[in-house]
Amino acid sequence: MSNKILIKKALIPGQTSMLVIDCPQIAKKAKPGNFVILRIHEKGERIPLTIADTDKEAGTITIVYLVVGKSSALLETLNEGDTILDVCGPLGKPTHIEKSGTVICVGGGTGIAAMHHIAKGHHLAGNHVVAIVGARSENMLLFCTELGYFCPELLIATDDGSTGHKGFVTDLLRERLEQDKDVAEVVAIGPVPMMEAVAKVTEPFGVKTTVSLNSIMVDGVGMCGACRCSVGGETKFACVDGPEFDGHEVDFNELRMRLTQYKEQEDLSMQMFRSCNCHGE
Amino acid sequence: MVNKQNFTPTRTPMPEQPADVRNKNFSEVALGYSKEDAMAEAARCLQCKKPLCQKGCPVEIDIKGFIKHLADGDIPSAYRVIKETNALPAVCGRVCPQESQCEGACILGKKYEPVAIGRLERFVADTFDSDSACEMITGHTACSLPNDQFKVACIGSGPSSLTVAGYLAARGVPVTVYEALHEVGGVLVYGIPEFRLPKNIVAREVGALWSKGVTFQPNYVGGKTVTVEDLFEDGYNAVFIGVGAGLPWFLNIPGENLVGVYSANEYLTRINLGRAYDFPNHDTPAPKAKNVAVIGGGNVAMDAARTALRLGAENVYITYRRTQEEMPARLEELHHAIEEGVQLELLTSPIAINGDENSHVKSMTLQVMELGEPDDSGRRRPVAVEGKTRELEVDMVVLAVGTGANPILLEATPGLDLNKWGYIVTDGETGETSIPNVYAGGDIAGGSATVISAMGAGRRAAKTIAEKLGV
Repeated sequence: MSNKILIKKALIPGQTSMLVIDCPQIAKKAKPGNFVILRIHEKGERIPLTIADTDKEAGTITIVYLVVGKSSALLETLNEGDTILDVCGPLGKPTHIEKSGTVICVGGGTGIAAMHHIAKGHHLAGNHVVAIVGARSENMLLFCTELGYFCPELLIATDDGSTGHKGFVTDLLRERLEQDKDVAEVVAIGPVPMMEAVAKVTEPFGVKTTVSLNSIMVDGVGMCGACRCSVGGETKFACVDGPEFDGHEVDFNELRMRLTQYKEQEDLSMQMFRSCNCHGE
Repeated sequence: MVNKQNFTPTRTPMPEQPADVRNKNFSEVALGYSKEDAMAEAARCLQCKKPLCQKGCPVEIDIKGFIKHLADGDIPSAYRVIKETNALPAVCGRVCPQESQCEGACILGKKYEPVAIGRLERFVADTFDSDSACEMITGHTACSLPNDQFKVACIGSGPSSLTVAGYLAARGVPVTVYEALHEVGGVLVYGIPEFRLPKNIVAREVGALWSKGVTFQPNYVGGKTVTVEDLFEDGYNAVFIGVGAGLPWFLNIPGENLVGVYSANEYLTRINLGRAYDFPNHDTPAPKAKNVAVIGGGNVAMDAARTALRLGAENVYITYRRTQEEMPARLEELHHAIEEGVQLELLTSPIAINGDENSHVKSMTLQVMELGEPDDSGRRRPVAVEGKTRELEVDMVVLAVGTGANPILLEATPGLDLNKWGYIVTDGETGETSIPNVYAGGDIAGGSATVISAMGAGRRAAKTIAEKLGV
């Protein structure tokens, strides 16, 4: 695996980018819902990122990231032709996909990228895929063109109303569920509050709801338990038992608080990175 | 019996960093023998006609043989003898539980202190520096030529796989070792802290295998990136599974998912593999705390507790449900921990971890225990003292209560027979699993044990593979 960046595209300049990476072995094995763990330099940490797309023939995987901390900021400094030091995967249980009828895929922010791969999987399995995507404003929406290729319905919500519905994805979801009693499943990927809100909306409808948890991970292969979460009162590891779980069973409060564990150190890293601009060397 | 004329009843002391210095750094605790120390200690060996020490060694090093050479000052010859059967002597000399193996069997130990075999092994491995990779591995100056008609794969790069790779590489068989993490060495790298086993020591032994033609593929997860089936399709003649038992156990007590509660695996992996002790110079964050409780009484608990001290904790407690006598940790590690300032909270068993308003650990509720009748293991069973609990104020808890089989590879390998604990069933003699030409060894085949027992299993499997291939 060369781990060479073949294509880099700024989706939201300075904030979100897409990389197409040469990883034939991972591309061969990856399925929707899988993720990879990257390490960018010799002193770097291991960071999990969901696979947004694969091309088995070209031997590539696509990832999309949001610049939030030092590691993603470092990743952003890499360009086409550069090599990512370590790419490990595909990890996690793939999304459970079967021909089941209508599936609504809800994506928020960078989560739309991961949702895209899953929506594509459902489409290829013969399902009628309804995509509901949301962002702060029109220029922060991702993958709308690509989703349009295979989603017969693409519903958009923006906070500022610059396009589509002004408001939340959950408004559109509730409306859609009220119209159609035959939705087989709702899949939601995005910020924790969004996934939690989606699960709340679907609950009274009794629709199966799958969420993808973005827990903190270290090895990503079930060895450390950093990513543990409570699902239906049981402790699960997001990396090997998930990352997808029944949204009605997940303890979102616990997930939220566990995600803040290293906040202080993360802020310090970012501060140092910004002030020295030395790429962590 | 003992030759009383020149006999020293106690062993040559090992120079160490002073406890109040070393508990603030990650440099190695034990500094190693000088040549004079080593030769003096080697001279204590009685050169028994029927050496019991060798039988106590899972890889059957000719201990008496190497000590003889060392006593004569001939380090290269001593090295060759060790390397005949042990691919990782610098590692074994440091982390083997010698007191229950070679040194435990030493006849001198019946009346006096046994010969410090581990320290001698370490001295020889550290001192002899050969330019010839072949010599490093086989101890022979002339190696057999690469035998390209066969190839063998190992999944996992811990001590059992490294042993298989070393054994087969020495017979000219190309071996590829697949490792899930980004660094090679398995538990030697992510599990054992630098102060007990410096990473450059592991890197040197692994480097010797590289230069002998062993290929390492990090970032390959067995069962995910590559399956056993894929390997046979790729033309491998045999596959050795040495993935360890890395799935951390938790206690299922309230508060276990609070912020500030870690498995020893997470804690140690961050520190050892991620070099988090060097944060922010390295990017992996290290959990920091003032008052730390480590639950468990094994070597991993000692490693976690001593690491917490080095990261600046003011109080580090080891809570263990039996007494010091029953602790499974090596005596030396326990002593090192106590010397460095680790406090023991014996006869206590945690029943709850309590959090503050931010869901952060603030204390632990401990059930007070007493020792009852012996159980199946022969150790006296800890029994709760009805109604007697107490609180321990801590802001971090590390669980070092054991690990089980990680199911990733096992679930991806149809036809592999597992026992009721989820470990791979193997033939005790050959190491072969229920799938022909698939072998397993180390913790995944027998549950958590020692580096050297994993190496013993690797050696048995490698021997069988070599015989089958006719090399």
